[in-house]
Amino acid sequence: MDILITILSVSAISTILAVLIIISERIFNNYGNVIIDINDGTKTLEVEGGSNLLSTLSGQKIFIPSACGGKATCGVCKLQVLDGGGELLPTEEPFLSPEEKKDDVRLSCQLKVKQNLKIKIPEEFFLVKEYKTIIEGISDMTHDIKEFRFALPEEIKFKAGQYVQVKTKPYGKIKESVFRAYSISSVPSDNKAVELIIRRVPNGLCTTYMHDHVKEGEEVMITGPYGDFYARDDAEEYVMIAGGSGLAPIKSIVEDVLEKGLDTKMIFFFGAVSKKDLYYVEYFKKLDEKYDQFSYVPALSNPTEQDNWTGEIGLITDVVAKYIENGDGKQGYLCGSPGMINACISVLTEKGIDESLIFYDKF
Amino acid sequence: MSPEINPFVIFLAAIFTSNMVLSNFLGMCPYISLSNEYKTASGIGKAVTLVLVITSVVNYLIYYYIIEPLQLEYLRYIIFIIVIAAMVQILEMAMDRYLPDLHRKLGIFLPLITVNCAILGNVLFMIIRNYNFIQSVMFAFGSGIGWLLAIQALAAIREKIGKNKLPPGLEGAGITFIITGLMALAFIGFSGMLPTQ
Repeated sequence: MDILITILSVSAISTILAVLIIISERIFNNYGNVIIDINDGTKTLEVEGGSNLLSTLSGQKIFIPSACGGKATCGVCKLQVLDGGGELLPTEEPFLSPEEKKDDVRLSCQLKVKQNLKIKIPEEFFLVKEYKTIIEGISDMTHDIKEFRFALPEEIKFKAGQYVQVKTKPYGKIKESVFRAYSISSVPSDNKAVELIIRRVPNGLCTTYMHDHVKEGEEVMITGPYGDFYARDDAEEYVMIAGGSGLAPIKSIVEDVLEKGLDTKMIFFFGAVSKKDLYYVEYFKKLDEKYDQFSYVPALSNPTEQDNWTGEIGLITDVVAKYIENGDGKQGYLCGSPGMINACISVLTEKGIDESLIFYDKF
Repeated sequence: MSPEINPFVIFLAAIFTSNMVLSNFLGMCPYISLSNEYKTASGIGKAVTLVLVITSVVNYLIYYYIIEPLQLEYLRYIIFIIVIAAMVQILEMAMDRYLPDLHRKLGIFLPLITVNCAILGNVLFMIIRNYNFIQSVMFAFGSGIGWLLAIQALAAIREKIGKNKLPPGLEGAGITFIITGLMALAFIGFSGMLPTQ
């Protein structure tokens, strides 16, 4: 009897408090309908206030890229908020440069929609859509890298080098969906599908899902395209450096340039530890032989004896330094781990490529 | 039985002779970390006072009308904390709506009031000392004002010494602890002035 009374009274108190909180949320968090003016009146939305700008916009099918899903840890969901955003929050400060602060850039996941807003959204975000895809093919690239082909229900328009976000379904002990970003490795002209190269990360939520739980024919939601890592066409030569699954966007850019018949020269450095980490080698070697404008330089940092490796050996930075003489007319495209990218940026700037002409995707 | 003390005496005692932070050393974390700036310190002080009064009223009613009749005294800590947490949450929503500036300034510290030991300490004192309703409210209000004055004084001092050159190692928390100690010594001077705890 005592136990019953205890349980009942504690639950009663908790319930009453919960109801109180819900009621006060209704009262205090009710900002009524607000109007969001996008790009100086090009588009206006009437939405219910009270939640953050990122989720308000995604509710209206405008997808702002965000890697962390609104936790203020990635700093990707930046938007220009010209009016109605209120003051900068302490959670946003670390992600914004002084110039961005001056331009009223905010993190859309932190900004709560309380009043009429005037915001600017880059045009390319309107191209971002949600796609219900079917996995059409899965192939092993290396011992820990797989390539997936996602068939799309409608055409996608993207620039070579951009990425999409994959939404996982709950699996095993994981009860929540997560979003993770992966670069597209297929060419933009192949617009009824996208291919992604995904490397298994030990205990990675999404990579484990993709590697172990997704089978051919499975339905997977993706959104995209996102990102400003794409080829600028004002260079004579692209210096491209990748490691691991960083090959994906580079492959897309190379194929795109060759397909369009542009005369941009390209040199592609691919860094790996040993031969078992290399993939698409024959493919790129053939392109190298076929096209004068393209050269392919795979480099191993630590080849084993069985590898019989005759190519370049050493850190990718040393190999790049050996091949690149000067930075004239060149642009850098880097994709790989932050350590590799930072090291490569300093090599390329030493060679005379301005930092503003080096584009990269860190992961 | 509640002790026969004039509620006003309890109010004064809570401010001076048994100041929450300077005599009981409760609620030290926000006291140290939020006293950089006078304005923020005032804000958190007022918020703490408000939460103190609201939670004591609610917890008083819950204790004497639910917990005691049902002999659930052993659950009082949990229940008090749940009540405090809920009240802080409601307060936070209200502040976000009506005092957005202060809400922005307090940031993460507002939800942290939940675990400010001054709040729970105050509620427990009021139960242990058998205060009646009026006494409890005055005690809570006094404790809040006492905490507010203490943090305001500390913030004012820290703003004053902000530009001074301190020996390395004493900057920040170090000097703050020394100031707090000196302030506590000063507050001991009040003890014995009022015939209560």
